Amino acid sequence: MGFLSATQSMSRYHIMDSFDTEPMEQVRDGLIRHAIPTLENEYEEISAGWTPFESPYLPDFEKFSFVFGTYFLFSLRIDKKSIPAKLVHKQMAVEIEKKKQSSGRDFVSKNEKSEIKETVMDVLMHKMPAIPNVYDVLWDYDAKNLFLFTTQKAANEFFETIFFKSFNLKPVRLFPYTLVETRSAFSSANKDRILTLTPFHFSR
Amino acid sequence: MLDIATAYNKYAFLGNEFLTWLWFMIETDQDISQALKTKDPVSLEIGNSLILENTLGDNAREKITIKGDQAGLEEGTTALKKGAKVTEMNLICNLGPEEAYQFTVKGESFNITGMKTPAAAGDGSEDEIEGRIIEKALLVFRITQVIDTLFFTFLAQRIDDDWKNKGLDQMRTWIYND
Repeated sequence: MGFLSATQSMSRYHIMDSFDTEPMEQVRDGLIRHAIPTLENEYEEISAGWTPFESPYLPDFEKFSFVFGTYFLFSLRIDKKSIPAKLVHKQMAVEIEKKKQSSGRDFVSKNEKSEIKETVMDVLMHKMPAIPNVYDVLWDYDAKNLFLFTTQKAANEFFETIFFKSFNLKPVRLFPYTLVETRSAFSSANKDRILTLTPFHFSR
Repeated sequence: MLDIATAYNKYAFLGNEFLTWLWFMIETDQDISQALKTKDPVSLEIGNSLILENTLGDNAREKITIKGDQAGLEEGTTALKKGAKVTEMNLICNLGPEEAYQFTVKGESFNITGMKTPAAAGDGSEDEIEGRIIEKALLVFRITQVIDTLFFTFLAQRIDDDWKNKGLDQMRTWIYND
């Protein structure tokens, strides 16, 4: 569910630290350096990178903007090849039969099976197109506030890794503890009191 | 800061307690605007789902899910009496007379799903895209600010010396209906 769709799902981040100079230029550099490659690597199972919000399949940051008012908006694209297990089983059966015929034996050893499986996976991985998934990122740089428009754990993990690599800024996922630590106005004493709380019970 | 994974699990209960407190605030017609310290009228309603969880012995968990528009929430209060807390709830939030939001918030992660914001103006043409993006961004930031402020208000009450006599006692009175 993308940023402009009727409904959205999102996880939130606090961005630690800030750039020393020219945030817009630093963000542009990071996005370009870690943009998703235009040409698909045929043998790579997963490929991830940034792409403009308005152009998810043509990652051209010279042509499309990532600055909208005071916000940065761009997308994380994760292309993943996924080979259905049933297809692997079918190809394995075909290749095992071929091996039996070529060797003149009516069985295939365990090692031979492993080799066949490796070859089958390589061939299928090469042939299989990667399926793209696009997740929008909205960043209020001055407020150190960022939304990733998905709640999928794998996408969050990719985002955290690639964001740090791109900008050298650490995104801290916001949940009860980190909200208190990073975004509340509580004094240190009150933060300490919060962190010593234990669950309450309604029973009498 | 603590290790993030450890802190996530250790303080997940604060998010669940917060959602339980929100339900109490809604059901007992407490003034949400006052809790937010704003003069603008703000109202909250329970939307179409409420999930509670109760930790039983041996790490077993009992989960109570109430779904549907206008669903009765009696099972929910019964679960509270047995020690459950709200772990996820769908909320309808009205900011002023024209801004209506609906979303589901999860206590342990504060993840928001199924968020519907007020419709952004415009016909969707390319020329208007920047305006739509800025407007949508403002709406999304505004509603999360409301959630955060309510969470911090709850925590301020929770660490107050009077919490047991006031906050917790009031919630018990609501749950036990006395």
